[in-house]
Parts: sequence; structure tokens; C-alpha cells
Amino acid sequence: MVKWTELERSTVKAIWEKVDIDEIGPQIWARVLIVYPWTERYFGSFGDLFTITAILKNDKVAAHGKVVLKALDKAVNNMDNMKRTYADLSQLHFQKLEVDPDSFRLLADCITITIACKLKSALSPQSQAIWQKFLYAVVDAMSSQYR
Amino acid sequence: MSLSGKDKAVVKNFWGKVAPKAAEIGGEALGRMLTSYPQTKTYFSHWADLSPGSAQVKKHGATIMAAVGDAVSKIDDLTGGLSTLSELHAFKLRVDPANFRILAHNLILCMAMFFPGDFTPEVHLSVDKFLQNVALALSEKYR
Repeated sequence: MVKWTELERSTVKAIWEKVDIDEIGPQIWARVLIVYPWTERYFGSFGDLFTITAILKNDKVAAHGKVVLKALDKAVNNMDNMKRTYADLSQLHFQKLEVDPDSFRLLADCITITIACKLKSALSPQSQAIWQKFLYAVVDAMSSQYR
Repeated sequence: MSLSGKDKAVVKNFWGKVAPKAAEIGGEALGRMLTSYPQTKTYFSHWADLSPGSAQVKKHGATIMAAVGDAVSKIDDLTGGLSTLSELHAFKLRVDPANFRILAHNLILCMAMFFPGDFTPEVHLSVDKFLQNVALALSEKYR
């Protein structure tokens, strides 16, 4: 289990408070699909993902970005319990959706970069380190049922 | 994942905007890498101060970004253009190539931070590919 200091908890919450799920969710998801196009393999039902313009305009992409960020909200509120919080989601991604867990790491990095675009220098080096520790714990929890 | 004509054009165009802030971005990126990925500190144990903003970190970050800028100018032949640097990293510095990806992530993050409007997903894609190719060229002489 990951141990969190008071500073780490408050930093993660402070960053999360500045994230508008409806604004940032679609941006993050579009970024993942554009920068790492092989992740499109999981979204055959999303329609036109053939060009960058199409991805940026795709409603299903935008909606899914919000779904994923809402799930991240669970982690922010259950930092001491991430493996249990995400056990079902991890199972789902492994058994049913068959998602390569390396994709979680790519998504985590895109989340950080998109937040950096928004917060700019307000995301200090120390905050970045804490935020990334948090995200990599989420990635770990999401990978936990893969066996 | 080799660079298309479009990737090269995007990278050169974006670099034109980044160049005036290159030294600052490099210093910032190196500081963030050392903070977020403490394993990278093992390569800099000879420095007195590894905190972001320290003189040594800023100076070395600028050096690195100057080399990235040089790579942009040699984008049509990265392996040839970065051959000497590859020898340096392979035989003298012996940096594990896994760290090139870590540095690339922090360079990208800083470019996004400094130029949020210009660092669109499309630019991000080409820059990510470019840095991956730079890493490959740097690893060329390793074995």
C-alpha cells in the first residue's frame, strides 16, 4: 500500500480542485488518441478517428474523457485504498476490454501534460513529482487484477 | 516510428517558437526530471546541488536543450548528426537509454507549460516522435 504524507494529500487535492472535468477530460482523451494512435484499437465503436480533426470533434471521445476523469476522482478520494477502489475496473479492463496496461501509463503522462498546459508554472516541480506519484499509484491499482 | 515530412516541418516550426526560451525550458525540465524521477540523480552525484533552480541544473539543462536544437537542424540525419554525442553517452557517460524517455517526458511537459497554445496534440505527436528518434540516435553506439 502506498503511504501518503499530509503534504502529498493536500497537493493532490489542490491540483484536482483546479481540474474542470468537462473541460480537461475531452482534451486529455483526444491527446492520448492523437499522440499514441495505437490506443484507437479499443474504440472501434467511436466512429471517425481517422484524422486529428475528426478526433478533436468526436463527441464519443469527449464523453469518454469525462468518464475517465470521473473515475480518477474516486482515486483522489480514496488514496489509502486504491487497489480495492479500482479492483472491479481493473478486472473489467483486463478480462472484458482487454486493454494493454501500458496504455494506463501513456494516459497518466497525457493527464499530467494536459494539466501542465492549464496550470503552467503553478504546477511546481515538487507538485509534479507528487502528482505523478499519485497517478502511477492509480496505474498500479488499475494493473492489479492483470494476472 | 520514423519522421514524416510533416513531422519534420511541425518540429522545425515549433522549434522556431521555442528557441528563445530553450535554455530556460532545458533547465526547468532537468530540474523536474531530477525531482520526479530520483533514480536519475545517480548520474549527477558529482554535483553539489540537485534542486530545481540550482546553477548547475540550469546550466546543464541549457546545454541539453542546445543539443536538442542542434538535433532539429540535423533532423534529416539524426544518426549521423548525433554520432559523437552517441559515443559520449555510450562510452563515457554510460547513461541507461531508458532515461532518454524520462527526460523527453519532462522536456515535453515544459514545452507544454511554456507554450500551451502552440503545443497542440498535433505538435505533441511530432515532438514526441522526434525526441524518440533523438533517443534512438543517441543509443546508436551503445552495442
